[in-house]
Amino acid sequence: MSATVTVADMSENEDAQRLASEARDRVRFEEDALALADQVYRVARHIANSREDAEELVQETYVRAFRSWASFQPGTNLRAWLLRILTNLNIDRGRRQQRAPQMQALEANDYYLYDKLAEDGNGIPDTERVVERLSQDDIVTALAEVPHDFRDVIVLVDIGDFSYADAAQILDIPVGTVMSRLHRGRRILKGALAETALEEAGT
Amino acid sequence: MTSFIDPCAHCEEMMQPYLDHVLTEAERVAAESHLDECEQCRRRYRFEESLRVYVRQATAEQMRPELRQKLSALRIPLD
Repeated sequence: MSATVTVADMSENEDAQRLASEARDRVRFEEDALALADQVYRVARHIANSREDAEELVQETYVRAFRSWASFQPGTNLRAWLLRILTNLNIDRGRRQQRAPQMQALEANDYYLYDKLAEDGNGIPDTERVVERLSQDDIVTALAEVPHDFRDVIVLVDIGDFSYADAAQILDIPVGTVMSRLHRGRRILKGALAETALEEAGT
Repeated sequence: MTSFIDPCAHCEEMMQPYLDHVLTEAERVAAESHLDECEQCRRRYRFEESLRVYVRQATAEQMRPELRQKLSALRIPLD
């Protein structure tokens, strides 16, 4: 009789230990995830079309992450895991409507923007000066004009600092597709920047 | 058949992979040897590099403190 009590006590004790260790893991997970919130927001801000959408998206991402924390494999890339939730939510909720572009985004060659900006300057342009002719708003506006498939990749790699492989995993597309979208996307971005810069020069 | 390749056009093709550090050693050496002798391409590469840094800076928007608080409040309480 006393032996069965001991076994029951032991298993209760084990249960309690298991629960306590699970709680510890969960708290640590939540803290780790929250520590990445700034970086997650930075990417979300340009994957979404507005600050409001980005804030909502980040909140939804954390709701889902906290609920499904147990499916995260410790030791793998938590930032990528969070961004995968975020990009999936963004697609699921149909938020990828393109902000009506003012003009058809132009896919120019890689040097187009430089050449356009340099043309307007006097003589041989100084690289820094050429870049400075673009305002922060110019960049943000031009980026928002890049179609989503291309923009998502640019935002993950060029702003979020993800590798091609991580971006491929987050978006569930092959690495080759990441590379080609990144190349075309950067050209589209530069085309949009060139148009903005030309408009400003013309007025 | 040997086709004529415009070295500057080829250099343009190599620019993005060069700046992403994904060229093979041989391709990188070839790109750099053209850059050494072509100021035009060198300037364009430098522009691209500065542009990337600038895009990163220009798009870095801080999260509002209210959002940070909301996220913390989403944590599942221990029972």
